[in-house]
Amino acid sequence: MDAAALKTRRKRRELILQTLLVVAVALIVWAAISTAQTKLDELNMTSGFGFLERATGWAYSFSLIDRSIDDSYSRTLLIGFMNTLFLGLICIVLSTILGFAIGTARDARQLGLNAVATVYIQLFRNLPLILQLVFWYAVLIHMPGPRQAYSLGDALFLSNRGMMLPALNVSPLVVLGIFACLVLLGFAIFRIKSLQFLHKLGLWLVASIGLTLTLASMFAPAESSMFSLPVQKGLRFQGGLTVSIELVAMILAITLYGSAYIAEVVRGGLHEVPSGLTEAGKALGLSSRSIWFHVKIPMALRTIMPPLGNQWIFIMKATTLGVAIGFSDLFYIVSTSITQSGQTLELMGLLMLFFLLINYSLAQIVNFINARLALKGH
Amino acid sequence: MAIASEYTGSSDRWGQLAKTLKKRAFRSPSDTLTSVFIFGLMLYMAWMLVDWALFSAVWRAEDVEHCAEAGGACWSVIAARHRLILFGLYPYDLHWRSTLACIAIVATVVLSCLPHFWSTSKLVTLWIVGFGTYVLLMDGSLLGQAQVTTDQWGGLALTLFMFSAVVLLGMPMGLLLALARRSRLPAVKGAASLLIDFIRSLPLLTTLFAAAVVIPLLLPDWLNGDKIWRVIVGFALFFACYQAEVFRGGFQAIPKGQFEAGRALGLTSFQILSRIVMPQVFRHALPSTINMVVVTFKETAIVIIIGFFDVLASANAAFGTVEWAPYYIEVYAFVGAIYWIFIFSLSQYGEYLKGRMSVAKR
Repeated sequence: MDAAALKTRRKRRELILQTLLVVAVALIVWAAISTAQTKLDELNMTSGFGFLERATGWAYSFSLIDRSIDDSYSRTLLIGFMNTLFLGLICIVLSTILGFAIGTARDARQLGLNAVATVYIQLFRNLPLILQLVFWYAVLIHMPGPRQAYSLGDALFLSNRGMMLPALNVSPLVVLGIFACLVLLGFAIFRIKSLQFLHKLGLWLVASIGLTLTLASMFAPAESSMFSLPVQKGLRFQGGLTVSIELVAMILAITLYGSAYIAEVVRGGLHEVPSGLTEAGKALGLSSRSIWFHVKIPMALRTIMPPLGNQWIFIMKATTLGVAIGFSDLFYIVSTSITQSGQTLELMGLLMLFFLLINYSLAQIVNFINARLALKGH
Repeated sequence: MAIASEYTGSSDRWGQLAKTLKKRAFRSPSDTLTSVFIFGLMLYMAWMLVDWALFSAVWRAEDVEHCAEAGGACWSVIAARHRLILFGLYPYDLHWRSTLACIAIVATVVLSCLPHFWSTSKLVTLWIVGFGTYVLLMDGSLLGQAQVTTDQWGGLALTLFMFSAVVLLGMPMGLLLALARRSRLPAVKGAASLLIDFIRSLPLLTTLFAAAVVIPLLLPDWLNGDKIWRVIVGFALFFACYQAEVFRGGFQAIPKGQFEAGRALGLTSFQILSRIVMPQVFRHALPSTINMVVVTFKETAIVIIIGFFDVLASANAAFGTVEWAPYYIEVYAFVGAIYWIFIFSLSQYGEYLKGRMSVAKR
């Protein structure tokens, strides 16, 4: 047999193999769907997304917007999605900041700083996240009640009811407006070409604090002050902002765990910066702070960014652990909806869709940052 | 100078240490101040911890009434409840069996860290023997002992069972997925890539929940099996999708010329894979594989959410009575120490291997 004949035979064999695979997968999917249909018929369940308009009839722990037990499933799921995004974003910001600080300390020449960072990383990275979460939750529910709450300067209280913080004395709508203004301000500042990234960040932080205070004083009710402080009244607190212990425990656990991982990523990135560059910086008489800001971090960010993006995605996924302590994240809402409504397949589909959406958007953000960081002409 | 210091005795090593300390801790007055402050604080905290855990602690279960006034840890709760934490609801007088079974798994993990066992056949045999010993001992029916079914397994024993089952099942699945992703056939490659990317972009909890709750709807009843096996297979699939990427990294380290050389020698594709490529892939992928195994052990703790009585659930049960309720910190410290020692030593070993291999490459 000549080579051409052998080649056609192989081609044909490969084609048959692939067709078989596709047919087998299609058969399995079809069998699964028909089994599901007969089983659902036995249970008298109607499939489809009609249940989304029904009222849920059950309560849950946390929401950013008004909620009641008469809410429809679609609104409740939306609240769960918002909670996951909210918690995830807070944890991403906090653990990135903390991770950079600890990673820098881990890379430091100073032996003491180095030792502290090493202990921190080894402690929090080598324990399961869920163990840390239930531990912090247990510590928080064993806190004293509101009467004996720990306080910091009579403005911040910690008790088994949660953490009470001073808040701006404005309506939620105004808060949303202020938030939108800050985002717009951020975009405006980041368009300025002549400034460096970290200067832009600093300028934005200072400007946004100023803007927030001005707007808050404009919209605060006439006869009361701009801030609302938590005040203990009997068994509860009035005024201020109450952060539930579930949310505190989630933020604490995910931030500690995530920052330990990010610190290792940052240390790796800083370690990759050629020592010749830092020495050149020293020879030019730059302070160690300038070397960090203008030599090490800009160089290291290019190695740090891809694994950092993975850590951000991990943090978003880690919010699903909220179900262990009763924080109403998306997974909690979906699993409760499944036990209450029985629409398993539809709800699991929605859950997966939401997570694919979150991951895809985060990946796009990371790609965007990577593209901005890439060296020109490379 | 540097060479000389290697041959002069221990007095010079102290000199080296002093030099390092001078450079890294006492270079300037402010440096010294920082060092003294930080190390003082760390020593103080370490002392507080040791005092709490050892010197002021109450140890015996009978002394529980002293716990309230003692300033330290109340290990009485561990003394009284450690069997619940370690073995869950396993019949009390058969605990020797679960002890031996746990030792079998730990021994398997430790032995597979030894370079002597680093060949595919030896590792596979080792893990099958270790896992088989575990199941034989825990179940007991084949040994002529009283049978104990999986629903009575619990505590650390259940955690170790799920962990080893996931690794044992997931490793070949990961290899298959990695090979499928490298396939020349677009349908095979596409299907594998889709599955891997899909599972990897979902949280582990979603996969496990789907295995526990959704699969019974999709499969006919005779195929369903126990919930524990469904969850293990789901977890193994999750592990396999990550491990496939680790293997893929290993494959990428093999120069293309080796495949071509193999083909030129007239070897079949299977021979090229099993004799030339795979041994190298395993070696390249080893540090990342150890990392994956460590992460899997850490993630096993999540099964408490799906409703399994793992070590975390049994820990919660251990301080679940009125008598022991105040000593939850001791129980979590005990469970945390078990996890930490296991994870820390394995991941340090992975780091060591990574360092050793990068030296070998040079």
